[in-house]
Amino acid sequence: MSKLNKLKEKFQKQLAAFKADSNSQGSSNNLATVFFKELSDQLSSTRFFILFSLITLTGIVSFYSAASNIRGTTDDAVASFVLIRLFTTSGSSLPSFTWFLSILGPLVGLSMGFDAINAEQNSGTMTRLLAQPIYRDDVINGKFLARLFVLVLITLGLGFFVAGMGIIITGVPPSGEEVLRLLLYLGLSIVYMGFWLALAMLFSLVFRHTATSALCCISLWLFFSIFVPILAGMVADAIFPITQSSDTMTQLYNVRVSQALSRLSPSTLYSEASVTLLSPTVRTLGPVLLEQTFGAIAGFLPLGQSLLLIWPHITGLVAGTLFIFGIAYTIFLRQEIRA
Amino acid sequence: MNDGIIIETQGLTKVYGSITAVDNLNLTVRKGEIFGLLGPNGAGKTTTILMLMGLSEPTSGSIRVAGLDPVRQALGVKHIVGYMPDNIGFYGDLTGRENLIYTAQLNGIAPDVAKSKIDELLTKVGLQEAADRRVREYSKGMRQRLGIADVLIKDPEIIFLDEPTLGLDPEGTKELLNLILELGKREGKTVLISSHLLHQVQAICDRVGIFVKGKLVAIGSVSDLAKEIGSEVIVELKTSNMEDFPTHEVNAMPGISSVQMEKDMIVIKSDDPEIAPKLVRELNRMNIDIYHVRSRSSDLDDIYSRYFHEGEAKLNV
Repeated sequence: MSKLNKLKEKFQKQLAAFKADSNSQGSSNNLATVFFKELSDQLSSTRFFILFSLITLTGIVSFYSAASNIRGTTDDAVASFVLIRLFTTSGSSLPSFTWFLSILGPLVGLSMGFDAINAEQNSGTMTRLLAQPIYRDDVINGKFLARLFVLVLITLGLGFFVAGMGIIITGVPPSGEEVLRLLLYLGLSIVYMGFWLALAMLFSLVFRHTATSALCCISLWLFFSIFVPILAGMVADAIFPITQSSDTMTQLYNVRVSQALSRLSPSTLYSEASVTLLSPTVRTLGPVLLEQTFGAIAGFLPLGQSLLLIWPHITGLVAGTLFIFGIAYTIFLRQEIRA
Repeated sequence: MNDGIIIETQGLTKVYGSITAVDNLNLTVRKGEIFGLLGPNGAGKTTTILMLMGLSEPTSGSIRVAGLDPVRQALGVKHIVGYMPDNIGFYGDLTGRENLIYTAQLNGIAPDVAKSKIDELLTKVGLQEAADRRVREYSKGMRQRLGIADVLIKDPEIIFLDEPTLGLDPEGTKELLNLILELGKREGKTVLISSHLLHQVQAICDRVGIFVKGKLVAIGSVSDLAKEIGSEVIVELKTSNMEDFPTHEVNAMPGISSVQMEKDMIVIKSDDPEIAPKLVRELNRMNIDIYHVRSRSSDLDDIYSRYFHEGEAKLNV
C-alpha cells in the first residue's frame, strides 16, 4: 500500500510541477483544456454509450442471477463475505460478474484508445492542434488521462451500483474488509483497463489507419487472453513431459513453467489477482502438495496476506501500463509532422 | 527588426531519407507583406511552412520568425503565428463555435474575451448563421472560412495559409482571397500563402517566390518577374471569317513573333507593347471586322511555366 501511495504522491508532485511549468509560459493550463475536451468527446460519443450499456447490462444480469443463486448457499457455515462472493459466483446459466468484466474491460480500454491519435491525424485536426502554443505532452497526457478518467467513472459507477443492489437483494450489510476488497478489486480493474488503453494508444500512434490499429489491438488481446495460457501449457509439456511414471518434481516443474509463462499475459495477472482479492478462501496461486495442506486450519486469508500474494501481479500491471504509455509518449513527442 | 524583415531563412534544408524536400532555401519576408509561395505539388512548400512553424525540424540551416528560432522557441513562434494547414480539419461532432472556443482555450484567451472575439470573427468570415451547426455539415468553403477564423483567434502577427483556395469554387475563392487581402492590407498582418493555383494568388500577392523541387528559382513581385523573362505581349483576336484570316500578312508585320489559331481565337505574340492598336488599324485597313480584342502581358502562368522548365532543366544538368 505504501508503495502505491508513494507512487501516487510522486505523480501528483510531477503533475503540480508540470502545471507550474506550463503556467510560467503564459499559456494557462492546457492539460486541463485538452483533458476536458477529450472527456466531453468520450462521454458524448455513441461508442461510449454502446460500451457502457453493454457492460452495464451484462454486469447487472450476471449479478442478478448470481444473487438468486447465492440464496441457496447462504445456509452454509461459510456465510461470510456474501457481498464480494456475489461478484465471483456464477449463476445457473451465466458466468460471474468478474468474468464479464475481465472480458469486456480490455474491450472498453481498447475501443477508447485505438483511434486516439491517428483519427486526429487523418482528419487533419492534429496539425491544427499542434500549431497552437501548447506542449505536445499536454496533448497526449490529456488524452490518456481523460480516457483513464472515463474508465474510472465506468468501473466505480458500475461496481458501486452492483454492490448497492447486492446489499438490497441479500439484506446482508458488508463488513469493512469486504468494502476494502471490493475497492481494491475495482482499482485493479481500472489499472487492467488502463493497460489496454495505453496499448491501444501506442498502436494508434504506430499505425496510420484506425482499422489497422483496431485489428492489432484485438489480435493482441485475443493472443494474451486465449493463446498465451494454451501456449504456456504446451511449452511446459514439451520441457517437462508428464507421463504415468513422472515423479512429483517433474509435475511440479511442469506446473511452475506453465504458470510462469502464462503470467507474461496481463489477463492472467488480472484474473489471478481479482480472484485472490474477491475470494478470501484462495490461499495460494501455485500448486499445493497434499502434505502442505495437512494440518492447515480452514479459514479465510486476511486482506494483508491476500495482497501480499498478488503484490507482484499488481506491480507488474502498473509497471506494464506505465511502460507502454512511456513508449507511446516518447514516440508522440518525437513524431515529426510531415507534409 | 532590420528593414522590417519578419521571416528569414538561411540555407534551410530538409531531407527525408533520400529525398531533399527543401534545398538550401534563402527566403526573406517583410513585415506587412502578402507573400506567395508558388510551385507544383511536392515542391516543398508545406515542408517549408512546417519548419517555419517549428512543427518540423530542419536538417540544416537557420530560421528566424519575428526574431525567434522555431526550433528552440517553438511555443513562442506558435503564439504569434497562425497556421492554416491544407485540408484543414475540425472536430466534426462539435459546432463551428465550439471548435473556435477550443482553439481560444488552447491559446489561453479568457472565456469572456474569447466569446465576443469569436462572434466578431464568425461575422467577419460570414459564418454567423452556421456557427451553431456541426462542422460535419459544413461545405468545403465554410470549413476554409472557419479555418480563417480559427487562425485569427490568437490575433497573430504572421499568418501562414497552406493551399487556402484548394477545392473551392470560383465564388468561394474570390471571397476567401478578398478576406485575405483585407487582412494583409487593412490589418497590416504578414501573410504567407502557399499555392499551386497561380492566377488566384497572383492578384493579391505583393511578392511571390517560385518553388521547384525544393529550390526557390525566382523571387520578386509579379511585374518584376515578368520583366525578367521579357515583355512579351499576347493579343487575342476574334474576327469575321476566321478561316480567311491573313496569317502571313500579319506575321510579316514588324515585332510579331508568332500567329496561331487556338480554338475560336487567334493568338498573336509580340515583343512590341503597342502592338494591339497597330494590329487593329491594320486589320481595319484590310476590311476585317473585329469582334473581340484582348491584349495581355505575360502573367504568372507564363512566368511560372518558364521558371518551372528552367528550374527543371537546371536541376537535371
